[in-house]
Amino acid sequence: MTKSELIARLAEMNPHLYQRDVERIVATIFDEITDALARGDRVELRGFGAFSVKHRDARVGRNPRTGDAVPVGEKKVPYFKTGKQLRERLN
Amino acid sequence: MSETTITRADLAEAVYQEVGLSRNESAQLLETVLDEISTALIKDEVVKISSFGSFSVRQKGQRIGRNPKTGDEVPILPRKVLVFRPSQVLKARINT
Repeated sequence: MTKSELIARLAEMNPHLYQRDVERIVATIFDEITDALARGDRVELRGFGAFSVKHRDARVGRNPRTGDAVPVGEKKVPYFKTGKQLRERLN
Repeated sequence: MSETTITRADLAEAVYQEVGLSRNESAQLLETVLDEISTALIKDEVVKISSFGSFSVRQKGQRIGRNPKTGDEVPILPRKVLVFRPSQVLKARINT
């Protein structure tokens, strides 16, 4: 399922809404999660999962083709932990 | 770095502010979005949200684990796990 398929599904389930409103609803949800993570906040959606930001220290990486050592700076990576309910429903 | 946790209520409020539906309907739509994503994943579908990331389900085989308290070997049964891969856009946003 892609974002546009998700929007199409929602539009179908909510015929009283304009397509552009459905698009804005979906965009707002993912934008808010992105903004929160960019601020370093956590986003917890019980039953679904939690998004958070993890810190990675600087390290020396290697160019896999040449084997040369390349410095990799410290960075932050988004992390998602599946919620208990969703994890159980998957199995 | 702040310790704030964003919840459903905050996301529903953002939808309410942005789109102008009722608070109740905004919350309902957020729930529908999460349900639709979950349902697709349960059907083993990959969910791709462009400029955010993709969710996919990975099948894990059986392996031997250990009870850390007693040291007893216990089989860990085959299971499905959800993997989130952030998009380049999301990764870039978090590092600027």
